[in-house]
Amino acid sequence: MDTDTATQAAQAQRIDWIDKLRHLLQTLAFCLAIAALQYAVQPERPYEFPLVYSLAIGSLTWACIDFGRHLFPSSAATGWPAGVPGIALPACGMVLGYLGGTALADAWFGFSSWDTGGRAQLRISVVITLVAGLVGTYFFYSRGHRATLRAQMSEVRAQATETRLKLLEAQLEPHMMFNTLANLRVLIATDPPRAQAMLDHLIAYLRATLGGARSALHPLQDEFARLADYLEIMAVRMGPRLAFTLELPDALRDVPVPPLLLQPLVENAIRHGLEPQVGGGHIALRASTLPGPAGTLLRLEVADTGIGLGASPEHATDRPGSHFGLVQVRERLSTLYGEHGTLELIACGANGTSARVTFPLKFPAP
Amino acid sequence: MNLSHPRALIAEDEPLLAADLQHALAQAWPELQILASVGDGLSAVREALALQPEVLFFDIRMPGQSGLEAAAELVDAWPDGNPFPALVFLTAYDQYAVQAFEAQAVDYLLKPLQAGRLQKTVARVQQLLAARSSAVPLPETTLAQLRSLLGAGPSPATGAAPAGGLLRFIQAGHGSRIEMVPVDEVLVFEAADKYVRVLTAAREHLIRTPLRELLAQLDTQQFWQIHRGTLVRASAIASAVRSESGKLTLQLHGRAEAFAVSRLYAAQFRAM
Repeated sequence: MDTDTATQAAQAQRIDWIDKLRHLLQTLAFCLAIAALQYAVQPERPYEFPLVYSLAIGSLTWACIDFGRHLFPSSAATGWPAGVPGIALPACGMVLGYLGGTALADAWFGFSSWDTGGRAQLRISVVITLVAGLVGTYFFYSRGHRATLRAQMSEVRAQATETRLKLLEAQLEPHMMFNTLANLRVLIATDPPRAQAMLDHLIAYLRATLGGARSALHPLQDEFARLADYLEIMAVRMGPRLAFTLELPDALRDVPVPPLLLQPLVENAIRHGLEPQVGGGHIALRASTLPGPAGTLLRLEVADTGIGLGASPEHATDRPGSHFGLVQVRERLSTLYGEHGTLELIACGANGTSARVTFPLKFPAP
Repeated sequence: MNLSHPRALIAEDEPLLAADLQHALAQAWPELQILASVGDGLSAVREALALQPEVLFFDIRMPGQSGLEAAAELVDAWPDGNPFPALVFLTAYDQYAVQAFEAQAVDYLLKPLQAGRLQKTVARVQQLLAARSSAVPLPETTLAQLRSLLGAGPSPATGAAPAGGLLRFIQAGHGSRIEMVPVDEVLVFEAADKYVRVLTAAREHLIRTPLRELLAQLDTQQFWQIHRGTLVRASAIASAVRSESGKLTLQLHGRAEAFAVSRLYAAQFRAM
């Protein structure tokens, strides 16, 4: 969060000169329009007077506000300085612009507006500066606000798409798919009933993965069934190197859980625990409850007897997506349960790893 | 070597796929005798050395060590005088490996196996076996390919400049103290069990960063790989000596011990 605001502040400090030039031209056009309006109301004065005063005051006010806002951190929501500076900035900009611009224009014509002769004109130009300043500020503020919102929206959308893509990539990893198909191809010739069973598991796995209903909850027994599909596929592939058990107490069968929450943990147990180990190993999926400070907690555990955490640093860093699974589980837990949802990785003895997910138990409404 | 009845070793960790390959080979190449089928990279090396087959089928992703690592180990351990077996790699999906294989010094098979493709591989291996006399040493093309495959690895960062720039200091832990060792002082990186030994002229440090990760952050012009587990500073090399048994060792300025050069990397030490 802190780094987010820091980068936004850094971005605000960087000045986009093309953008500034566009703002200047818009301001000048606005000043010309005001000068023309003034000339239309007071045709007896030469056009040069309103033109010079309008341009001088307008561009100076614009410069004060538009460059001044880079001195303050802008709010992430509006792209404009937040709080007091956001209001004080246009006010100060208008006063400075008015005084400075009047002095400049006075120098151009070689007289002082503060002399008695110019007093009446002075009052009119104060009103014009105020109105034009407010209109101009509002114009730039709302444009900036809109641009900020648009940028934020497209960033959120890009992030969501990327997460979804990475998730699919992890679950439909080509290596896993092609090896599974290779096994299927063999079974079709040698053991058609087993081939059919394996294909059924693959279909259920693909349906769950591609179905994408990741927001709604489903019963824990469905979650275990989907994980069993994956494990059955892997058991065909790995043969005697993979054994697994599912321990789901009857009382917890209908507890609602986020779909495929444990999938990345089971994948990690196989890929980083059992696959690198020559003798393979065992995976146990367990569900249990434990008392928590704010009601009963549900604990889901994926325990393997693989090579263990950090036993093979090369394997941990080898594959770019290896931490993505854990990050993904943590993110989903925190979105759904806040600080009550936790994921722990525990080394079990000399080898083996246990991944434990804990979150508040909520029985489905009767 | 009996050319009419060549013998093969299969290393594939998925039992069904190993059985299938054996079955498919029986049809595509009835004369080929399958000596054994093993399921991991360590047994693959052991069995290959014990059985001395003429053809090897190695899966790339295997427990213990990968098929590529097993092949590299075999290159070094293979007895002199015996021709190195024809190597065929198997893979379900290894984009980088497949790209590197396009040069065709060694062959590869994609899983699921296709009968037509297997037939082509068999023909190629038969050709290779027939063409080579018993005295032919390991062809440099095979070595070069194996080197590039090992270097490529499964990560996509092949050949590209390291994302984080070159490493300038090694942070070596000594108890609760961290020592900053300038890379410019390092003469040798040597993999040892779970650690990497970092040798300077005067000192020795142990770090946990794997050699492959270090390799990606070092200037390969400065540090040469001379073995699967050894990188040496090129400018510190004093001499390369070939023993009577044909093993090559390096002597470095500033270190007393000798460093063994793998056959895989021996080509860079030929006299000009």
